[in-house]
Amino acid sequence: MNNWEPNIVGFLCNWCSYAGADLTGLSRKEYPANIKIIKLPCTGRMDPMFIIEAFKLGADGVLVSGCHPGDCHYNKGNLYWQRRFLVVSELLNNFGIDKNRFFASWVSASEGVKFSEVVKNVTEKIRELGPLTK
Amino acid sequence: MARVGVFICDCGVNIASTVDVPKVVEYAMTLQKVAIAKEYKYMCSDPGQNLILDTIKEYKLDRIVVSSCSPRMHELTFRICVNKGKINPYYFEMANIREQCSWVHQKDKEAATKKAMKLTEIAVAKVLRNEPLFPLYSPVIKRALVIGGGIAGIQASLDLGDAGHETVIVERESSIGGRMSQLDKTFPTLDCSQCILSPKMVAVAQNKNIKIYTYAEVEEVQGYVGNFTVKIRKKARYVDMVKCTGCGVCTQKCPAKTSSEFNEKTGDRKAIYTPFPQAVPNVPVIDKNNCIYFLKGKCKVCEKFCPSNAIIYNQEDEVVEEKFGAIVVATGIDIYDHSNYGEYGYGKYKNVLSGLQFERMVSSSGPTDGHILRPSDQEEPKDVVFIQCVGARDPSKGQDYCARVCCMWTAKQAILLKEHLPNSRAYIFYIDIRAFGKGYEEFVRRAQVDYQVTYLRGRVSRIYEKGKKLRVLGTDTLAGGQVEIDADMVILADAMVPKYDSVKVAQTLGIPYDTYRFFTELHPKLAPVETVTSGIFLAGACSGPKDIPDTVAQAGAAAAKVCALFSKDNIEIEPTIAQVNFSLCSGCETCKLVCPFNAIEMREREIRRGVKRSIANVIESVCRGCGTCVGSCYCKAIDLRGFRDKQIMAELEAVCIE
Repeated sequence: MNNWEPNIVGFLCNWCSYAGADLTGLSRKEYPANIKIIKLPCTGRMDPMFIIEAFKLGADGVLVSGCHPGDCHYNKGNLYWQRRFLVVSELLNNFGIDKNRFFASWVSASEGVKFSEVVKNVTEKIRELGPLTK
Repeated sequence: MARVGVFICDCGVNIASTVDVPKVVEYAMTLQKVAIAKEYKYMCSDPGQNLILDTIKEYKLDRIVVSSCSPRMHELTFRICVNKGKINPYYFEMANIREQCSWVHQKDKEAATKKAMKLTEIAVAKVLRNEPLFPLYSPVIKRALVIGGGIAGIQASLDLGDAGHETVIVERESSIGGRMSQLDKTFPTLDCSQCILSPKMVAVAQNKNIKIYTYAEVEEVQGYVGNFTVKIRKKARYVDMVKCTGCGVCTQKCPAKTSSEFNEKTGDRKAIYTPFPQAVPNVPVIDKNNCIYFLKGKCKVCEKFCPSNAIIYNQEDEVVEEKFGAIVVATGIDIYDHSNYGEYGYGKYKNVLSGLQFERMVSSSGPTDGHILRPSDQEEPKDVVFIQCVGARDPSKGQDYCARVCCMWTAKQAILLKEHLPNSRAYIFYIDIRAFGKGYEEFVRRAQVDYQVTYLRGRVSRIYEKGKKLRVLGTDTLAGGQVEIDADMVILADAMVPKYDSVKVAQTLGIPYDTYRFFTELHPKLAPVETVTSGIFLAGACSGPKDIPDTVAQAGAAAAKVCALFSKDNIEIEPTIAQVNFSLCSGCETCKLVCPFNAIEMREREIRRGVKRSIANVIESVCRGCGTCVGSCYCKAIDLRGFRDKQIMAELEAVCIE
């Protein structure tokens, strides 16, 4: 258990947060390597099942990040995600998963520093919560 | 049988110095269906691409994974390469092991190597579930929309018009001309700004391919590259554009006065007015908020005196809908609001002016007819202090960036002051002098040597009134000490800031903006006029501070990009769009409701013999592939090509299962 490292899945939208994460790299802002990123066209593509499935498969934390409200490349995909997010985070408790393991943020393509802060924060919180036990 | 080839790039030392690439290669070889994994120094280079092509042949590969930089950088490069190797470009995935791995985990090489392995595994998992996709084609409407009629918009329209493309300029003010028309002279040549701008304005008006909508705004933009539908609101100007001859009698006779925006509130204008004498079109507008008739119901002086019966008090806004193939955004800038600098006393002291106010004062068509006069008592000033970097290079005000033009702008204004009033003294407080352009350094030197302008390196801490003068307290960091100057006037070199409603414009167009609210280019170096939304281009200072030469160059570049787009009759659009599984669709219409582009229509379909049902159908040319419908489908009847459920699930498994 001593060498446990949190395994975190990050779902990022292509236009804002994925570009923001690229900017984090371009500006060489360090963050923990625990997060692995899956690219989506838009957070509107986020199926609540992905989150539940992620935990089922053993992820310790999930982060979903998209464009700020109003800035969606597809006008309003992120707003639909925002609605689903509220429902999913309530649902998680019913599955016996602490909803504090599930994070959502808005990171724009120009917020490279913010992305590294978000990841640091998420990783730290998951570290505090410990591994997800079945 | 799928045979995957994995190619891992060192990116010189960018990846290889943090990630142990041979280990990643070794790991990749152990992955399911991977036939071969190879390392190369620069995978994107010609030899790198040839390596991929040769390996495809040698190992009979049918799917390719490249672990290198961000797909935003080289996805297209490799797709083209893969296609050359006779593999469908969508049998290709990229693992981002540079921006999202080696560059951000430099301090933990072991973790970075492990993560690079994982990211490669994720890409392999996905590529195994990929399917061949073929580009869709969509016709290009060869009409361009230019938003903003400043020098950027004017130049872009002229270039487009000259190339034979129908172009529409939409300008918010009642005349084209923009910021440049407010300037008196331009650096470093000291050309009169109006003299070089107004011929271009006239050329725009006379070009048969260019249509100008002034006093109009873009309200709504729908569609995609080659096929935008734009709603334009033409605000009521209460003057008939056709009948008006521009004689100006109405303006002369109008009894209502208010301060002039064009003159930066240093002079007055009438309620029926053109912003400046060289206005194009030379048709006035009635400012409803100051017109006596609109306020009190009586007056009608303009109507009485108008010789051509051009006044229409009951005119209403008109919304027109037009189709365009490309959009050039040239919305320009505002000037930094000094009220944030209380210590400079702008607004409190009459003799503290903004740079643009000074510009209007020096202009012979300005409120003082070109005489430099102290606003408090209309006397000629002796000592004038210029302060640079107001709202620029100042993190304490959240304005970290350099506004680029102020060094030159201030030098020019100091020279103009000395030319108008040879006995005056000019002092410039600066941080650094950034005279980067052609002939710029020489120009600043002229100000210092020929015109004896005193340059003081330091900030001003405070300004207060003392008698008729302004006491300016500052530092001179080169001489090392405090400086006190009793000035007659203080001119603040305001920074360029984004237009006040730039966010709204960005949201209307669906283009990103940076932390300062300037629009973001597709790539800061290699794609400076493109945006992430194809078909929408940027020109001028709306994407960051620019001087006139850079603006004109960029406007030309944007026009050239539009011409390149218009050189084709059809353009390829990404095939990663939604697809309905008819047998699963329940016809609930949720997808139709959430689709941001109205790309889903309900269609009667025979699902079994004799059984007809209304089922969702994706209009392929309209779908942009956001996947919002997929995320909201209750029946899992709709899926997104390129981002199918099974593809994302495979990625998820790769991440989660150690």
